[in-house]
Amino acid sequence: MADLEIEREVLIEAPVEVVWRTITEPDQMSQWFADRVELVVEPGAHGYMGFGDQGGPVVVEVVDPPTRFSFRWNHPRGEEPVTGNSMLVEFTLTPEGNERTRLRVAESGHELLAWPEAEKERYADEHRGGWAEYLNRLAHMLAKRQSG
Amino acid sequence: MTAQADDELWSAIGDPSRRRVLDLLVGNGDVSASWLAGRVPFSRQAVSKHLVVLEQVGLISRRKQGREVLYQVEADRLDQATRAMADLAAQWDRRLTAIKRLAEAAHAEAKKKRRL
Repeated sequence: MADLEIEREVLIEAPVEVVWRTITEPDQMSQWFADRVELVVEPGAHGYMGFGDQGGPVVVEVVDPPTRFSFRWNHPRGEEPVTGNSMLVEFTLTPEGNERTRLRVAESGHELLAWPEAEKERYADEHRGGWAEYLNRLAHMLAKRQSG
Repeated sequence: MTAQADDELWSAIGDPSRRRVLDLLVGNGDVSASWLAGRVPFSRQAVSKHLVVLEQVGLISRRKQGREVLYQVEADRLDQATRAMADLAAQWDRRLTAIKRLAEAAHAEAKKKRRL
């Protein structure tokens, strides 16, 4: 279970096939993601995303048109991106009628460290709101305590 | 903050039990490892290990008071982590907005062509 996760979503007034092309075709990707996108959208394919003079490799994981697309990136140079050394970006497309698509993106990082499953579950329940929310709540609590 | 430091920070907070310890520290401040151990369902030893990791990434600090060692949250570092997280979320919001704009424009264009 990947615990560090950011999830965002948007409702788009376009059919799912159109959204799919927007997020998977390199010439489209270069308009919303990186400046330079070299990518074959096939499971296991290695590609490159360039941001100005910086950039790095990406590896495609899941390609399930037109609903699921994921890739890994931000792994150390010279290593294969696997669970634990990279960030996984997952897109999920859900049609809402014929003309609308809900697009959700999740970016997740390190897996939980070795820890007994029972405790993982207990705390996963407590922190279902997600990591970002957790940090916000913590910062809020701290501010309250400091001002009080 | 370097990428390496970010990684360490993320993995420090990635552990739910460690977050539990951090929660208690944020809520109570200036407490000892024994006090913490009395409030979590894992051993005193585990608490000590979590405190070491949290201290290594700068999220907490310790000070001596008499014979006791007391732990407290480093507010600046926590704030930094919160901001980094918010930045990442904002970055994805910007990308999703761009995708929405592109897809909706492509769809409108296709509809226009069909009507011609």
